[in-house]
Amino acid sequence: MTQKTLLDVKGLKTYFYLEGKKVAKAVDGVDFSVSPGETVALVGESGSGKSITSLSIMKLINKPGKIENGQILFDGKDLVGLTDKQMTNIRGREIGMIFQEPMTALNPVFTIGNQIKETLIRHKKISKAEAERKAIELLKLVGFPRAEETMKEYPHQLSGGMRQRAMIAIAISCDPKLLIADEPTTALDVTIQAQILDLMDEMKKKFNMAVLLITHDLGVVAEYADKVMVMYGGQIVEETKVEELFLNPKHPYTTGLLESLPSLEKEVDRLGAIKGMVPAAHSFPVGCRFSDRCPHAMDKCREKNPELREVEPGHKVRCYLYE
Amino acid sequence: MSVVERELEKKTDQDYILEAKNIKKYFPIKGGVLKRTLGHVKAVDDVSLSVIRGETLGVVGESGSGKSTLGRVILRLMEPTEGQILFENEDITSFSNRQLRPYRRDMQIVFQDPFASLNPKMNVQELIEEPLLVQTSLKKSERRDKAIALLEKVGLRPDARLKYPHEFSGGQRQRISIARALALNPKFVVCDEPVSALDVSIQAQVLNLMADLQDEFNLTYLFIAHDLSVVKHISDRVAVMYLGRIAEIAPKKNLYETPLHPYTEALLSAVPSTDVVNKREKIILKGDLPSPSNPPSGCAFRTRCPKAHERCSIDRPDLIHVGEGHYVACHLYDKQN
Repeated sequence: MTQKTLLDVKGLKTYFYLEGKKVAKAVDGVDFSVSPGETVALVGESGSGKSITSLSIMKLINKPGKIENGQILFDGKDLVGLTDKQMTNIRGREIGMIFQEPMTALNPVFTIGNQIKETLIRHKKISKAEAERKAIELLKLVGFPRAEETMKEYPHQLSGGMRQRAMIAIAISCDPKLLIADEPTTALDVTIQAQILDLMDEMKKKFNMAVLLITHDLGVVAEYADKVMVMYGGQIVEETKVEELFLNPKHPYTTGLLESLPSLEKEVDRLGAIKGMVPAAHSFPVGCRFSDRCPHAMDKCREKNPELREVEPGHKVRCYLYE
Repeated sequence: MSVVERELEKKTDQDYILEAKNIKKYFPIKGGVLKRTLGHVKAVDDVSLSVIRGETLGVVGESGSGKSTLGRVILRLMEPTEGQILFENEDITSFSNRQLRPYRRDMQIVFQDPFASLNPKMNVQELIEEPLLVQTSLKKSERRDKAIALLEKVGLRPDARLKYPHEFSGGQRQRISIARALALNPKFVVCDEPVSALDVSIQAQVLNLMADLQDEFNLTYLFIAHDLSVVKHISDRVAVMYLGRIAEIAPKKNLYETPLHPYTEALLSAVPSTDVVNKREKIILKGDLPSPSNPPSGCAFRTRCPKAHERCSIDRPDLIHVGEGHYVACHLYDKQN
């Protein structure tokens, strides 16, 4: 892991300006980095800010949202300052994207072949015939046995798993350095999920891509990621290597999440539920954002939000318990 | 000892609250100018199962396996194409809606999506008292007291009574759905993916609540879900469905520790595990679920089965008993083989 970092996010803040002068601090000071060949997972529940973080990196934040502060250094360039036009040259070419719902991400009125070729012709400046050949090659690579026929098919003719394979083919068509996968298998059944995650892993190794995986599923994190950041209330509350997170979780939110998860391995009478619910992004509690749900909350937790600090080598936690 | 273990020990005269016998539900596919029937989607294709009083019977399967349709047919929210439904030994298959009405009190359902299953124009009081209005002759003040009592049971404050569904989060809405289902003191509740739309920390709250209510009101659950870990947590027995049929049904312990059907094995191995020390060997199935309008001949799973042999494409395997209440529909376990 001495490789140079590819993506370095520093102090990212993305706010949404709501009616009535309310400000939703969806992402509020997030720092992390991703290196080539590494899978980094952002994990959290709905409303934790994980998807907004990934959309900010791709600069797909629209009004009333705005990247308020911070740097997104990708391959040395700061993406925050780039114009829309400059971004279109990066999106799809240097950063590939896979979304949760392939039915809405794919255009229903174009064939699969057309959609792959469009990306290739736009970014690689190659001829139509060459794009056709490359597209068939890509479809075969992601596991379409009848690639020539699939080229002529429309998204609705494919199953959910096959659509996600087609999405992966488009995402990797221009040999991106970074692949952002936002809940790529949430809409899929488990046997299909296993196929798709394996395919992503294979592609990552083959092309030495960096992968930013956004998910709510801790099982997926445990099996496919190298490094993991747990998000809560728009901030990272714990960051470490994957094995370390599951063997030695520190933040009360992380331990709470792990205890509330039913598992195939162990049998418990009662799940350890976290009381209450995720706070809305415009009304975080004062102090630590988890303090109103935390079983260990102390007075100072309700006064000042703790910093994310390294408590053991390579293990960062945002919690006063470890000071 | 759990209810199921006790019941299985007795072996005879089991107290079934509900029995479904050879249920089939085919949906016609209509097409062409004359809207003729071109074929059928065999959503549920010859399923028999019995639910023991007091247990939670889990039904797992992937999308298109027919698990939700089965739940609806059992409650007669859909008419079965063929088969028989016995509720407390009474054959209710051909009952008219009027005849069914007293039974509706005893059989309730909680749906997956609490955003779609609660009428947005009714406040919580109206939502909970609707079944009371239809089924009982309680006075207005009695209905109000009952609603408040139910809200407390499901962990909501009494002042939630006058709010509307949009004012609640997903987890709270699911609590309202549960309160509404319990309003008539049912005996049997079908839970159709009740926690699938919820985040894990909220999911744990709702699962704990459902377990508490089961103890308090002696409920029997038919728990339909796609999440194998959730089903394992809440169920006493588990049925695995594939393409409209039951592949395997067994007490939870047997099913999860010694799965017999190759599909159950693959399904269990595919669940991502948080155990980073002992990694499971994955069985990656090839291909997708075949279309239920044109299921494969013989065993429905043979097209994806790593252990398929010649007989699988000819004979459809029946559920055979392999001991301890463990049934499997696979030729590998057939003694004649």
